[in-house]
Amino acid sequence: MRPFEYIRADDVASAVGLVSSDPKAHYLAGGTTQIDLMLKDGVLEPERLVDITRLPLRGIRRHGDVLHVGALVTMEELAADVTVTEQLPLVREALLGGASTQLRNMATIGGNLLQRTRCRYFRDPTVLSCNKRSPGSGCAAISGAARMHAILGASMHCIAVHASDLCVPLVALDAVAHIQGVGAQRRIPLADLYVLPGDRPDVENVLQHGELLTTIEIPLLPAGTRSGYLKIRDRSSYEFALTSAAVALAIDDGVITHPRVAFGGVGTIPWRSPEAEAVLRGASVNTQTFRAAADAAIHDTFTVTGTAFKVELAKRTLVRILQTLTEAG
Amino acid sequence: MRDSGKRAEGGRSSTVSLTVNGSGHDLTLDNRTTLLDALREHLALTGSKKGCDQGACGACTVLVDGRRVVSCLMLAAQCDGREVTTIEGLSPDGVLHPVQEAFVRHDGLQCGYCTPGQVMSAVALLAEGRAGSDQEIREFMSGNVCRCGAYPNIVAAIREVAACDAAV
Ligand SMILES: Cc1cc2nc3c(=O)[nH]c(=O)nc-3n(C[C@H](O)[C@H](O)[C@H](O)COP(=O)(O)OP(=O)(O)OC[C@H]3O[C@@H](n4cnc5c(N)ncnc54)[C@H](O)[C@@H]3O)c2cc1C
Ligand code: SF4
Ligand code: FES
Ligand code: FES
Repeated sequence: MRPFEYIRADDVASAVGLVSSDPKAHYLAGGTTQIDLMLKDGVLEPERLVDITRLPLRGIRRHGDVLHVGALVTMEELAADVTVTEQLPLVREALLGGASTQLRNMATIGGNLLQRTRCRYFRDPTVLSCNKRSPGSGCAAISGAARMHAILGASMHCIAVHASDLCVPLVALDAVAHIQGVGAQRRIPLADLYVLPGDRPDVENVLQHGELLTTIEIPLLPAGTRSGYLKIRDRSSYEFALTSAAVALAIDDGVITHPRVAFGGVGTIPWRSPEAEAVLRGASVNTQTFRAAADAAIHDTFTVTGTAFKVELAKRTLVRILQTLTEAG
Repeated sequence: MRDSGKRAEGGRSSTVSLTVNGSGHDLTLDNRTTLLDALREHLALTGSKKGCDQGACGACTVLVDGRRVVSCLMLAAQCDGREVTTIEGLSPDGVLHPVQEAFVRHDGLQCGYCTPGQVMSAVALLAEGRAGSDQEIREFMSGNVCRCGAYPNIVAAIREVAACDAAV
């Protein structure tokens, strides 16, 4: 555990400047990933830590049909928001299904989106083979304990899962991230923020060093939409997903309209499924339709011994949540 | 930068002002010090326990500005200016808090190691209004793990305090 400089930033420009100007500087938000990986696992070794928790990025505001959420809003705060409670059940369920109340009081939305993988080999520097931590060193998980790993977007190079629950409904909803760099801002659809590992699993997103996530825009669902998040895990609470699915849809005369589908626990990035949506769109409500959507979604998988069960489990997860959402009156 | 003046010794340590259980403390701490270590090692408040030290067990649960957090994953420096409540702060005059009394009455513990965290979490859970049913209590207490498996009695203790609160 190396010593580091701790600086508390109180405006966005100085925070961005302090990290952008120093390759060995990192942001500190709720710390539930960052402190864990620095102090406990020794995987991250920044020389400067810029605490952003007191930046004025804590608001939740509605602009028309879009909710603007400050990056430093906590998971508990967003789950308690009236608009989220009333109009975005899939977001609320994903938030409250993650971690514990204590962690959700600390963890921020920005940090949640940028959390690092829970792969145990990544988190243990005594394991030499990890392409994400040391590019070119191999992947210990392929022949190791891989129950919590990915089957979509994975390859021999890396099978680490993107473990955020929240990201699953957010990619399904076409959420957009606001990014602040030195003197420049940009907006990136969340789906384009993450990059598939390919042969460079150390590159996880398109952000430049020092770019700060400031706000996330969440489009609201039209009235009459049904939505939910189903998380399957080894214990009933306080556990990461083996598989999960976020779904939104409407039913018009027995026919599905406006379907949105994304998976968690199975992808190296939060996994939107246009394939499942295409099957569901305009189809009638029945189990054959759901099963066809699941088969379309979970294809071209890369599995190892530990993850093979997830192919069928992910499909059943989607079928189950579709049944639940379409049964309810 | 408002706080740059507070950095000392080449930036490796910080001055941190904490209000713990109502009393103020100014500490100069290595930046690596977690809130848990500051409480236990620097303020001799050893009620908060170190179980996993990685956010996974809840033994180190304290309240910061009234909200429950795991103190092992929080830097003490992040808490500058904040109010911290630990298990010691629940019974300042030696009179047990109703949640503590209920834990005693219901035998909500075996070895007792997880208990301070369970009690702090339960106090917060009640304030959050999440003790409406056994299922709700279990779900929102899931951040506190008990290796002795005292869960049924913990739930019973919390249920009783919730019922008393509701009757008031
Ligand atoms: C025991 C445990 C169980 C958990 N269970 C779950 C679960 O079931 N589901 C789930 O989804 N998550 C779970 N998590 C993960 C948790 O949700 C994340 O650790 C948390 O959301 C990260 O947010 P933070 O504010 O603590 O981020 P930090 O740890 O402070 O930061 C995370 C990373 O993002 C960077 N960063 C943070 N904010 C910004 C920003 N605004 N702009 C640019 N970079 C930024 C930091 O530099 C760091 O690299 C669990 C964590 C623990 C410890
Ligand atoms: S799965 Fe990815 S993160 Fe885990 S050991 Fe392999 S390369 Fe590293
Ligand atoms: S010691 Fe903090 S959660 Fe286990
Ligand atoms: S009483 Fe022993 S760990 Fe809970």
